[in-house]
Amino acid sequence: MTIGAPAAQPAGDERRHLLPSAQVAHFVARGFLRLDGVVPHPLCAEALREIEADARPGAFAARRSERAKAEAGRPMDEVWATGGGLAAVMRLPAVRGMVQSLLGPGAIHDHHHAHVVEAGHRYSQPWHADAIIDPRTAFDIQLFFFFHDTPRAMGGTMILPGSHLRRVHESDIARYQNFLGQVATVCQAGTVLVCHHGLWHCGQPNSTGARRYMWKVRLNPAAAQRLTWNTADLTAPEVRELLTTPEPWHGNEGRLEIVNRLRLWRQLTGDDGFDADYWLTRLEMPRG
Amino acid sequence: MTRQQLLILYLANSDLGSPAQAWSFYDGTGARTAMAGDSEAPPYPSALAAMQDGWRVIQLPALRPPQPGNEHMTSYLRFEVVLEKMISLPGAP
Repeated sequence: MTIGAPAAQPAGDERRHLLPSAQVAHFVARGFLRLDGVVPHPLCAEALREIEADARPGAFAARRSERAKAEAGRPMDEVWATGGGLAAVMRLPAVRGMVQSLLGPGAIHDHHHAHVVEAGHRYSQPWHADAIIDPRTAFDIQLFFFFHDTPRAMGGTMILPGSHLRRVHESDIARYQNFLGQVATVCQAGTVLVCHHGLWHCGQPNSTGARRYMWKVRLNPAAAQRLTWNTADLTAPEVRELLTTPEPWHGNEGRLEIVNRLRLWRQLTGDDGFDADYWLTRLEMPRG
Repeated sequence: MTRQQLLILYLANSDLGSPAQAWSFYDGTGARTAMAGDSEAPPYPSALAAMQDGWRVIQLPALRPPQPGNEHMTSYLRFEVVLEKMISLPGAP
């Protein structure tokens, strides 16, 4: 077994919030993690006021500021170094620990955007993967913050677990409407969903009388993602169990999905001999 | 006067009797607007079950070998079966 050098570990409070291996394996297998109760309610209210006031316009805002233009490509810690509201959210130890766990130290800010679905909006966004088709094994993460309670009647963002490793370009998948295992994000204020950049998703209709907000932040790794989390449970049986559990919509391709997850786990751990259920070992046997 | 309805079922494998795992519906009559995330269970358990209820298969997915070097790559849903029904509009001749 070959284990690569772990990334520099943070100190103090942030270290306490590093994800365990089982949660990282869940992310590798299913393409997302949901963390409830991360943002305290007073900070949720402050963040919503900032969004409504367009105080930190993002990359796609009509009133895109010079600051927003300059944010892309800078360290996340610099972009959100000062201020309350959204900046304070990004400085929460639980958020920083999660980012460190999945991207490693020095995560880079890509962009942020407040998604707004008006009251009574009757139509779903089509299924899509963000940005463009991305052939890399290294991944970005997208944080989906829900600063107010989001019941099913309000949406929220629907995700397709286990879709993140599929090579598709943006809305090429818009013909698809429903999948076994699709999940609408129904949550309480303060929840954050962290998603692999390739995860298929769509904003759902909002049949309530209130606007729905979801604030999204995309972050890039600054270096190779290698053992960046709390690895105390690295050899726990749960890791293999998570990596080998297919989604209900995978069908005949479930085994291929498992192989792709195993390869990503090898990359994240540096363990070139890692396997589950003999899938990769069989292919790597010397042949006469 | 008739209009076409399309039901697209995405199956577990190339067997038309294998389980439907994803589905879409497009209604040429304009009576119903289907969209992403609007149902939790497929309208039929398989394409074969839909055929037994009067749906006509108009396209089967071709079975193509993977490109060398990309044998393990996953992308779009492979087993897409397109079915149609022709609907007579009320009052039309």
